[in-house]
Amino acid sequence: MSETSSSVVESPPRELPPMVYREPTLSERFFDRFFRGLTWGLAWMTVVLVVGMVVLISVDAWPTLRDSGGREFYSVVWDANRNEFGILTHIWGTLYSSLLALLLGGTLGVAVAIFIAEDFLPSKIRLFLKNLIELLAAIPSVIYGLWGIHVVIPALRAGLHYFPSLLADFSGPSMLSASLVLAIMILPTVTALSRDALESVPPRLREGAYGLGATRWETIRKIVLPTACTGILGAIILAFGRALGETMALAMLVGNSTARDNPLSFNPLLPGQTLAALLANNFPEASDPLQVGALMMAALVLLLITLVVNLFGALIIWRASAQFQGLRS
Amino acid sequence: MSPALTTDDIIINAKIHKLFYGNFFAVRDTHLAIHHNKITAFIGPSGCGKSSVLRCLNRMNDLVRNFRVEGSVFFRSKDIYAPRVDPVAVRRHIGMVFQQPNPFAMSIFDNVAFGLRLHGMTRDLADRVELALRRAALWDEVKNKLKQSGLALSGGQQQRLCIARAIAPEPAVLLMDEPCSALDPIATGKIEELMKDLKSRYTIVIVTHNLQQASRVADMTGFLYVDTKQGGRTGYLVEYDRTEAIFQDPRDPLTRQYIAGAFG
Ligand SMILES: Nc1ncnc2c1ncn2[C@@H]1O[C@H](COP(=O)(O)OP(=O)(O)OP(=O)(O)O)[C@@H](O)[C@H]1O
Ligand SMILES: [Mg+2]
Repeated sequence: MSETSSSVVESPPRELPPMVYREPTLSERFFDRFFRGLTWGLAWMTVVLVVGMVVLISVDAWPTLRDSGGREFYSVVWDANRNEFGILTHIWGTLYSSLLALLLGGTLGVAVAIFIAEDFLPSKIRLFLKNLIELLAAIPSVIYGLWGIHVVIPALRAGLHYFPSLLADFSGPSMLSASLVLAIMILPTVTALSRDALESVPPRLREGAYGLGATRWETIRKIVLPTACTGILGAIILAFGRALGETMALAMLVGNSTARDNPLSFNPLLPGQTLAALLANNFPEASDPLQVGALMMAALVLLLITLVVNLFGALIIWRASAQFQGLRS
Repeated sequence: MSPALTTDDIIINAKIHKLFYGNFFAVRDTHLAIHHNKITAFIGPSGCGKSSVLRCLNRMNDLVRNFRVEGSVFFRSKDIYAPRVDPVAVRRHIGMVFQQPNPFAMSIFDNVAFGLRLHGMTRDLADRVELALRRAALWDEVKNKLKQSGLALSGGQQQRLCIARAIAPEPAVLLMDEPCSALDPIATGKIEELMKDLKSRYTIVIVTHNLQQASRVADMTGFLYVDTKQGGRTGYLVEYDRTEAIFQDPRDPLTRQYIAGAFG
């Protein structure tokens, strides 16, 4: 350091100092333009892809919809032999299992996020817990399904032994088993995004609350959570989107009832079915164009529900971060 | 010359022998008595431990992991670092205003009412909020928009809002860590006026980098310094006296140097 600065002082510069402003070279300009074009292209391609998917599926679903006049949407019977393709039970099952999972996984996930973000634990344990939960996201869906069949269902059955009246209803694969496993599957999404929201609450707001004589929990309840609530809501909605589209584990656990016996039930102990499971179970064997059309309709409904939910969630998270811009100043 | 200070009106008596952040020995041998209804200023170069000492006075440092202090801080007749003392209760009586204005993301009214609600002082809530805002010289500017967000105010207004929020639950002492460093000269002037008004009711301890500010508002001034000769970067209280004495006739050569250097 000192050597260079003294040499500068001793030998006056012979050439002109380097220009502060320099035109980009031809190759720099080319690469700039190339990469800008590439990112634009890719961004638009995703939009085109989604729109294209919606259009293609709609085209396939259209003949069935035209012939039946939309009967599928309010019929609860799916019976390929009688050309009855009602998907109302599946729509119901999709929403119900996802909401139940959200109730369980959302609560747990936000609680875990609070414990990770709010300095309750030594930093090593915190890091371990954080990585452990992120690892949950890497487990293949089919493993969750197996775990559900071999661990969750037997455990539920054992627990229900104490409630004989309930055990009579319990069929093993059911909305409850599916939702419990689904709750664990959405845990990483809820936890990671809620933690982001909690950690982006400026520390000086916490200090302000502590300085007024608030306890740790008063600070969390009255300052941190309200400030982070938009972000947490976004996290929950994105997790909802993930739960709606989950296929494999649900196909294994939800029971895939034929629904003639228990359509549209609130009872979580009964088997149910979901749109994604319907598609996974029936598509490979479907040959009758009417049935394929009905499956396409189910796919379209699922796609639209998840699209809307995800857009909504992303919008809320975007708004939450915009709100913080003002707070950080 | 201000009237002689007697030991009777000492409200905080701090004897900080050693203050650590983990292994880092940050402050040593800082003993000082804060006088009731006076303004006490801490001055000194950056990193000498002014904020650390200030945050000892209401146990804000408890929030820092690995923080440790040897010594005692008597508030009235109780050592706030004695076992079984609740730091939350301490902060109820010794409030704090921070360097960056930090209004909560809620309405102006709710900001000021926050501490009151926390401590169950909700009788005549609106009157108490108004009183605090008046004492913080902010009432006339916000009386027609109490429901608006506290974040929508200017920096100087936000800092006065934070002062109103801190004084609303009637603490005995108000600690201020460089409360004007984010403000322009006009807003700074307003806060200085405010401190002089407030001292009839509250004891104020302020950290400032601005020596003129200390000489303008403070009754007592403490000069802290880091001596790099001792190997570590451990700060300590060099001199603590009436403000006139510190600025006009300092006993310690270090104080003299610092004051002279800063005044040019
Ligand atoms: N939370 C902390 N963890 C570790 N070290 C800290 C922490 N806070 C302060 N220190 C260290 O303690 C010393 C004193 O810091 P302090 O903030 O009290 O100084 P200061 O006099 O307020 O400085 P400034 O005028 O820059 O605000 C510094 O060396 C600082 O690095
Ligand atoms: Mg400081």
